[in-house]
Amino acid sequence: MGDFLNVFIKTAFVENMILSYFLGMCSYLAVSKSVKTALGLGIAVIFVLGITMPMNWLINEYLLKETGFFGMDLTFLRFILFIAVIAALVQLVEMVVEKFSPSLYNALGIFLPLITVNCAILGGSLFMISRELDLTKSVAFGLGGGFGWFLAIVALAAIREKIQYSNVPPALRGLGMAFILTGLMGDAHSGSPKTGGSRRCENYYQWE
Amino acid sequence: MAEILEKVKIEEKEPFFGPKEKKLLLDPLMDINPITVQILGVCSALAITSLVYPSIVMAISVTLVTAFSNLFTSLVREYIPKQVRMIVQLVIIATLVTIVELGLKALNFPIWKQLSVYIGLIITNCIVMGRLEAYAMANKPWRSFLDGIGNGLGYGAILVIVAIIREILGKGTLFAGSPVEIKIIGNNATYLIDTTTSTMFGWYANNNLMVLPAAALFIIGILIWIHRTINPKLVDIS
Repeated sequence: MGDFLNVFIKTAFVENMILSYFLGMCSYLAVSKSVKTALGLGIAVIFVLGITMPMNWLINEYLLKETGFFGMDLTFLRFILFIAVIAALVQLVEMVVEKFSPSLYNALGIFLPLITVNCAILGGSLFMISRELDLTKSVAFGLGGGFGWFLAIVALAAIREKIQYSNVPPALRGLGMAFILTGLMGDAHSGSPKTGGSRRCENYYQWE
Repeated sequence: MAEILEKVKIEEKEPFFGPKEKKLLLDPLMDINPITVQILGVCSALAITSLVYPSIVMAISVTLVTAFSNLFTSLVREYIPKQVRMIVQLVIIATLVTIVELGLKALNFPIWKQLSVYIGLIITNCIVMGRLEAYAMANKPWRSFLDGIGNGLGYGAILVIVAIIREILGKGTLFAGSPVEIKIIGNNATYLIDTTTSTMFGWYANNNLMVLPAAALFIIGILIWIHRTINPKLVDIS
């Protein structure tokens, strides 16, 4: 349990998917015009990440590795299998949700197909492999990553709703401003010591 | 028989590389640039542009994947059922990305290591999928292929511009890690400018902000600003 919480909090807040890895930027920028849609997409991402991550972990561990079912190294099939699992699961989730909870389906419906090509989902699975997490940790990694993504998109949507009333230069309106806002958020998130003005020059050699 | 002959005649009328083909190749560089206008494929543009050399490798990989996935999808476009087209497209893309990844691993291991998961993430790069849906599913193979190359180049151009700005201002080098590495700022005899204070022109110290991915967001934001000031048609009114 300690491991689970540890990984969850680390991926949600410290190594946020958007603000420190910049994964899933396409849908992050495109769907953050209003808080309501951002909430929908955010919840859908938590959902899908939480399911696909352990699924892909099991596939990697028991099918693709040399110690797995086929007894040979099939890791070169990783990309194809992972993306197929993600696409299939998204389709499945969509059907299940439609059947059992029409209200949730109405809220998430349009976002679910979008999620298949969200870098955060495939990126999460690939990061999980490169970090050699175990099953519990990969569930925590999925849920935490999704939660961090959710927080970031809702925060940006809220700022963009407010900034509509400001006098932004016409050419910067909309997308340009969204980029710069995300940059500021990411910069604030990655911590001031590394970027702080005066200390930068003093510590120049230490960071190289 | 007559029908076939007619068909051949129509196909012959289209030039192999006419103005339309040229437009396909050059438009994505400026007017419909995938990154600054269509906002596709931003993830990798942010994460790997702190150095120029990996960005060039990434741009080449994306161009190859876009061009060939466009070509293959266009070849089989009439046989793909509508309901499963996404999975078919993803399988084509994933296969090509696997080939590119294995090739890169064999040719240049350090760069492969540096790009790590971002090579795999070409699969979910929206440019590839976006061009398949928007162009290759409805057009002939040769034009789809050119469209893929054009979009890959448009993406690569932004990637390299951002990387050049970030590398010079952040690290004081150019093409670091490649065979033609140039050192611009620094306190070593091999650097071009200034040998004592590790600054450019005596006052510019390397900016560590530029090494962080956040800097790429600022630079792309400013590029969008410049692009839309030059071309006011692109300004979104909403």
